[in-house]
Amino acid sequence: MNVLNFVHAFFSDGAHWQGYDGIPQRLLEHVRYTLLALALAAAVGLPVGLLTGHTGRGGNALAFVANAARALPSFGLLVLAVLLIGFGLLPVMIPLVVLAVPPILVTTYEAVRSVDPSPVDAARGMGMHESRILLRVELPVALPLILSGLRSAAIQIVSTATIAAYVSLGGLGRYIVDGLYQRDYEKVVGGATLVAVLALLTLAVFWAAGRLAVSPGVRRR
Amino acid sequence: MIRIDSVTKRYPDGTVAVDRLSLDVPDRSITVLVGPSGCGKTTTLRMINRMVEPTEGAILLDGEDVRRRPVTALRRSMGYVIQNAGLFPHRTIVDNIATVPRMLGWGRRRARERAAELMERVGLDTALAERYPYQLSGGQQQRVGVARALAADPPVLLMDEPFSAVDPVVRKGLQDELLRIQDELGKTIVFVTHDIDEAVKLGTMVAVLREGGRLAQYAPPAELLSAPADAFVEDFLGADRGIRRLSFLPSAALELTTDAVVPADAPAERIAAADARHLLVTDPEGRPLGWAEPGELTAGDIRTDRLLPPGRPFVPGTDSLRVALDCAVLSPTGWAVAVDADGRVTGVVSQQAIGEAIRAAHAVGRTDRAGVAP
Repeated sequence: MNVLNFVHAFFSDGAHWQGYDGIPQRLLEHVRYTLLALALAAAVGLPVGLLTGHTGRGGNALAFVANAARALPSFGLLVLAVLLIGFGLLPVMIPLVVLAVPPILVTTYEAVRSVDPSPVDAARGMGMHESRILLRVELPVALPLILSGLRSAAIQIVSTATIAAYVSLGGLGRYIVDGLYQRDYEKVVGGATLVAVLALLTLAVFWAAGRLAVSPGVRRR
Repeated sequence: MIRIDSVTKRYPDGTVAVDRLSLDVPDRSITVLVGPSGCGKTTTLRMINRMVEPTEGAILLDGEDVRRRPVTALRRSMGYVIQNAGLFPHRTIVDNIATVPRMLGWGRRRARERAAELMERVGLDTALAERYPYQLSGGQQQRVGVARALAADPPVLLMDEPFSAVDPVVRKGLQDELLRIQDELGKTIVFVTHDIDEAVKLGTMVAVLREGGRLAQYAPPAELLSAPADAFVEDFLGADRGIRRLSFLPSAALELTTDAVVPADAPAERIAAADARHLLVTDPEGRPLGWAEPGELTAGDIRTDRLLPPGRPFVPGTDSLRVALDCAVLSPTGWAVAVDADGRVTGVVSQQAIGEAIRAAHAVGRTDRAGVAP
């Protein structure tokens, strides 16, 4: 039996499409974890990245924190969080947010730093307030790069959110964890396929967001 | 009036960018700050709108220290044009131009109407209104930069090397356009450049700065060229300042001769009577056809295709002595052809006669200066 047969068998089994362990339910849970973790990470990473990028200060400290966060193993962090605060959504969010903040923070910082200084100088010279310069000049110009940071953070969350299943939460990781435990490889491959599809969907969503949110003058077409 | 009053800018590391600089910038005229890199000209400009704060001294705008005004209000009352234009890449041309009016609270519609009006004023096709900056050439972008600075009709315009990044042909067009706009609007313009030719062409007054931010000379361009204050200014003006100075001398006083001008259908005795080594043949409307030696011309049968080209003509009264001299130098016979506004020949003048006029003009200049000396 090869992987494609597993995939076919998993998705053609009607039992996998309904109930609390059905594909729609698990997919929804997974998307929910992802969105929550991404929102929390963006709430930390975007403002800090924008401000440090605008002022140009704190770049070194930022790189240090980001590298340190990247060195933390997500699974280890999850186990630690569960030991400290018990089961629940919060201990799952901690490793996911820690995973997602560095790409958002560092890319946003770099994106704002790399904005052509002459429009910023012109804006300042015509009497624009600093906050307006950041939000109306630097942010729109830096947006493609900022979105790419959010995108890689989202992809990483989608693939890592499977660990929620280890601490008895739902999501697509359920199929992988349960399948391995039950030696039901059809389930493992099915779950992995769903994660991959969701990652591709995430790419598509960000592509569409880029088309909608980035000015044609910045996209240059 | 903008008064720069004994201003010094010293950075924490001890570098002095501007050193006790004093300048009075007259209203409704172009004042150019020119000098080599590191002479503090941009720093000086940026102190006027408080992009840089002076260490000592003050800058007064109509008698009031600029530091007493809120910085955003001050900057919004001064147009600001920089090298490479600095347009907002994510905004259309019309929205770029409407930026300051929008900040001042104008309605969207009124701001866009004003922007369209300014596009015409700076010589931009309004069809470009909905384009983005990357779709425009460097010269067009710079025009948008000027339009954006003028949008809220500020009395003062600060221009920091605005035309340095475009090619010479486009630069000349932009300079001519600026002079035309200035004729119409009469702004108080402070213009920074490292190009002395640009300074001499645009400036009503030119301030030459030297390294370390010290003022070397502050004078109208013609005086700068005729009487540089010291060796630094003379060196900075370049080797051909004598020739360039002719740009400020009118050609109206040149004595033209019509003896050597003959129409193509001239009778034999007219050709014979002309006492010149070369004759300028004109068509029936009086426009120049070309030069010939008297012996080569046969009355009634002038072969116009055998003539030497007439060379570029000049218009006395409109063109300067520099143009007249240039025409004479380039003419195959050494004689410059003078025409009226319609291109009809009004006479010819030799290099020698132009030389006499230059010497006479210099003599007048010397007496003038002697006259005003205390």
